[in-house]
Amino acid sequence: MPVPTQVVYDDEEIDYSDIEAKYQVQAEEGFEHILVVDNVPVIDKSKLEKLLIKVAKEFSRKGIPIKPDDIYLPWNDSTGKSKGYMFVEFANAQDATFALNAMDGHPFDARHRFAINYFTDIERFNDMDETFVEAKPEVFEPKEHLRAWLADPYGRDQYATYRADEVVIHWHGRPSQCEVAYERPENPKPWTEMYVSWSPQGTYLATLYRQGIRLWGGPSFQTQERFAHPFVLLIDFSPCENYIVTWSHEPMVVPEGAPQGPNFISPADEGNQLAVWDIKTGNLLRTFPAIPSESDSDPSKKKQMQWPALRWSADDKFVGRVTPGQQISVYELPGMGLQGKKSIKIDGVVDFEWCPLGDKDREDAEKDAKAGANGSKPTTKKARENILAYWTPEMANQPARVTLMSFPSRTVLRQKNLFNVSECKLFWQNQGDFLCVKVDRHTKTKKTLFCNLEIFRLREKDYPVEVVELKDSVLDFSWEPKGERFAIVSSSDPNLGNPGPGVTIKTDVAFYQLHKTKGDFRLLQTLTGRTSNAIRWSPRGRFVVLATVGSSSKSELQFWDLDFNAEDVGRKEGQKDEWGSGIQHLGTADHFGVTDVEWDPSGRYLATSATVWKHRVENGFAIWDFRGQEVEKHIQDNFKQFLWRPRPRTLLTKEQQRLIRKNLREYSRQFDEEDAAQESTVSAELIAHRKRLVDEWNAWRSRCKEDLMQERKAKGKGVDGEKHAEEAKEEIEVWVEELIEQVEEEIVE
Amino acid sequence: MRPILLQGHERSLTQIKFNREGDLLFSCSKDHIINVWFTHNGERLGTYDGHNGTVWTVDVDSNSEFMVSGSADNTLRLWNVATGKCLFKWEFPTAVKRVAFNEDDDQVVCITEQRMGHQGAIRVFNINREGDGTKQSKEPLYMFHPIGSKATVCAFSFQPGIIITGHESGKIALFDVKTGDEVNNNERAHNDVVTDLQLSPDRTYFITSSKDKSARLHDTKSLMVLKTYPTETPLNSAALAPKRPYVLLGGGQEAMSVTTTSLRQGKFETRFWHKIFEEEVGRVKGHFGPVNTIAVHPAGTTYASGGEDGFVRVHHFDDSYWRAKPYGDLEILE
Repeated sequence: MPVPTQVVYDDEEIDYSDIEAKYQVQAEEGFEHILVVDNVPVIDKSKLEKLLIKVAKEFSRKGIPIKPDDIYLPWNDSTGKSKGYMFVEFANAQDATFALNAMDGHPFDARHRFAINYFTDIERFNDMDETFVEAKPEVFEPKEHLRAWLADPYGRDQYATYRADEVVIHWHGRPSQCEVAYERPENPKPWTEMYVSWSPQGTYLATLYRQGIRLWGGPSFQTQERFAHPFVLLIDFSPCENYIVTWSHEPMVVPEGAPQGPNFISPADEGNQLAVWDIKTGNLLRTFPAIPSESDSDPSKKKQMQWPALRWSADDKFVGRVTPGQQISVYELPGMGLQGKKSIKIDGVVDFEWCPLGDKDREDAEKDAKAGANGSKPTTKKARENILAYWTPEMANQPARVTLMSFPSRTVLRQKNLFNVSECKLFWQNQGDFLCVKVDRHTKTKKTLFCNLEIFRLREKDYPVEVVELKDSVLDFSWEPKGERFAIVSSSDPNLGNPGPGVTIKTDVAFYQLHKTKGDFRLLQTLTGRTSNAIRWSPRGRFVVLATVGSSSKSELQFWDLDFNAEDVGRKEGQKDEWGSGIQHLGTADHFGVTDVEWDPSGRYLATSATVWKHRVENGFAIWDFRGQEVEKHIQDNFKQFLWRPRPRTLLTKEQQRLIRKNLREYSRQFDEEDAAQESTVSAELIAHRKRLVDEWNAWRSRCKEDLMQERKAKGKGVDGEKHAEEAKEEIEVWVEELIEQVEEEIVE
Repeated sequence: MRPILLQGHERSLTQIKFNREGDLLFSCSKDHIINVWFTHNGERLGTYDGHNGTVWTVDVDSNSEFMVSGSADNTLRLWNVATGKCLFKWEFPTAVKRVAFNEDDDQVVCITEQRMGHQGAIRVFNINREGDGTKQSKEPLYMFHPIGSKATVCAFSFQPGIIITGHESGKIALFDVKTGDEVNNNERAHNDVVTDLQLSPDRTYFITSSKDKSARLHDTKSLMVLKTYPTETPLNSAALAPKRPYVLLGGGQEAMSVTTTSLRQGKFETRFWHKIFEEEVGRVKGHFGPVNTIAVHPAGTTYASGGEDGFVRVHHFDDSYWRAKPYGDLEILE
């Protein structure tokens, strides 16, 4: 082994420059409390004092007191005028940051708007390498199709289940086609730390972690984007999946050395709790502080936070935020600037909702866009503006009010005064045709509550309002999707309002429909003496499930059909029949301890689940068809969440849809054939599978027996079986002689 | 057929056992009594009195000559099956939780509980079959203290000098009785207490039940899990049905939590699962408390279950049980 010879290094020869560069003392640290303010008026010496005092005052007004001595104004000696910028020194770096955030862009006077930078930044920009380095073009990597699941050859739907630490995506179709679509490969870290959520059109799956959230998509569920919002608790997608809102209970802090950039929380966001992100770029658009609660002064009455805190308009163009009692602030996207530079001031406003876009509105909007692109004049009438509805409670001498306002023109379309109001709730029909305001009213004595439904008709001139008066309080209200019907759950149960363990509240369920000829909403049918407290309309309308959820003793699911007489799904012929005769009870089912009820996007299946978050008894989920027949049921310990994957709007044109409806019979024949074929292949597969299991078992058994034989031989004993063979079965025949009666007869001869 | 209800115990059942011919059924209970019954009509043949505490466990030899029992009075007793006399009594510092004969009926293994500063121990005794059985050696042949989780159940393997144990942590292990060494183990066989362990007739595989709501089939040699039968309730007992490819599982929510959880039926049933396909094939209702112990007739014609409710229910299988082939005509080896 060679011994390394002693080498003597000459210190002089070694190039230390790289190390020196690396460990060079950063001189910048000394100047972090200095800001450079640009766009200061150019003045001559005579006005210096006046300017300094004015600038100091402006700064002080924003809460950063500085003295004129802290300001240094450089002079252009040749002209004798100032150079138009100045240096301001603060007590520390934090004050400087605060001042930068507060004063950057501050209008000093009509022509001058401050532009503020860190002094250290100026240095850095100055030191930038001037030579242009061509950026390397990034290699294009084809991404997976985010909507690949829609191209499933069997047209199946997907759902996600979350159990213990496992999130699994399943396919749901015919019994044979139900399989796992995606399961995360073995990974020490669970896929989510809190819950999962689909985006409204099903493109992304969001998972929550302590550090923030991640969106997944594509057939192999790869990370699409991540948003670093520490301790995020609640998330909300915009309707068109362009933006996401996150909320955390913890005010944002930017720790030392945290990465900075458009994707990260900056020091300016500190203390805020709400964040709006762009999904495609991952950029943080804007943050907001916590919503000031109405009753901040009275902590005992602290209301639950409203979620979603930001309300999106249906076209993703605007997002609104209500400051209770004061105003609605609407921000325009993608800039997230306040629309019209001012909020809509409404005294006492409590809540508002955007009008959803109907299919018709979308078509109009598309036509408009097309026309706009061609440069021609829009031929059809202009697409409807966004509409928002809000309500204000009774205040001073003014009655409570529900207002419809179009946006961004901010014209009030309709206003309706209401009296004796204790609470309002706004329900839009999903096509934006109707708005129902559920008004909880109190009697003069304020002791009892009753309910009015104020129904605004959006598609008619002057937005007529119809009132449906009810005697009881309404627990749940629900519009039929794309329909002219709604269902309510009302109750006059004395136990209402003081729920105790084991108390099941008796409810009535009523269906109403718009009468075509009379033009008003009429009662179709009332079902009395129920326990149902939740209404779930099928997303295609017509079918409805009444469920009793969250009760420890009752857990009924009732399946109803509201167009039972209608032969053809497409055309409603119920009008000819007697009013309300089309309502038919299809079936009743029971899922013990059910906590969540959800239709699949196609309206063919209903999923019910019992989550461990609510109780610990018989957690799991079940899937039913629309008639209430159980399709599958899984009782799983520690079951947490069941979520159908939503589908985007259909891409078929109206014409194509009509064609399909016309040829429905033909299609159904095809499907029946497929079903039959499937069934036979499935049973063949199953039989083969079982055969394989049995073969495996039998092979293992014979190996075992051989083993055993050898073991016994080694022990010098006979093979089992021999031992007991001789006494296989012993049949003992016993003759029993029983003396029943003994009679002695004497025969006299 | 209508089950036969054996009402001979005043408290909950702890273990029941058929003899090798299956004509007798032994049952022990928390009321300190061991009963023996005729299987075919449910008539009580007699009782074995003497224990002074909950009788946790019994086992009978293959000739139905001797029976051993372990109890919370800290004794292990040897009985004459025919006369009901107690032949011998071993005393320990703690309760006896499980006893089992070996294949040749000349050895008995017992588990004593870990309690009050005493370590849990596994002891093997020689049974002297000469004479009337009253001359037994007081000292165990082998004795060792398994370290780690407490052993709850045990049985002799088909390999000489090896015993199988189930533990509180859910572990299944093989011990060499001579050295006390753990020969093999499966730490993750279950996730909770192993409540029962029953062997196949040739002892090459066995079934365990656990509080983790599942039962599993294991290979005796490798301790590999062969099959898993997941249910939705904690299991107290699992048995193998001879001649037919079924396993029987019994359990129910803990007696202490019955009053605090919902009064849902469907937990106190005996569940029949297909041994190979791991599918549930049926349930038998009856008990109004958790099922504590299940035993199947060695010929597979009858099964019995003992419950927390103090009853033993003996079910003779109907003809349809033998005729039914729910999964088609497949030949499955025992």
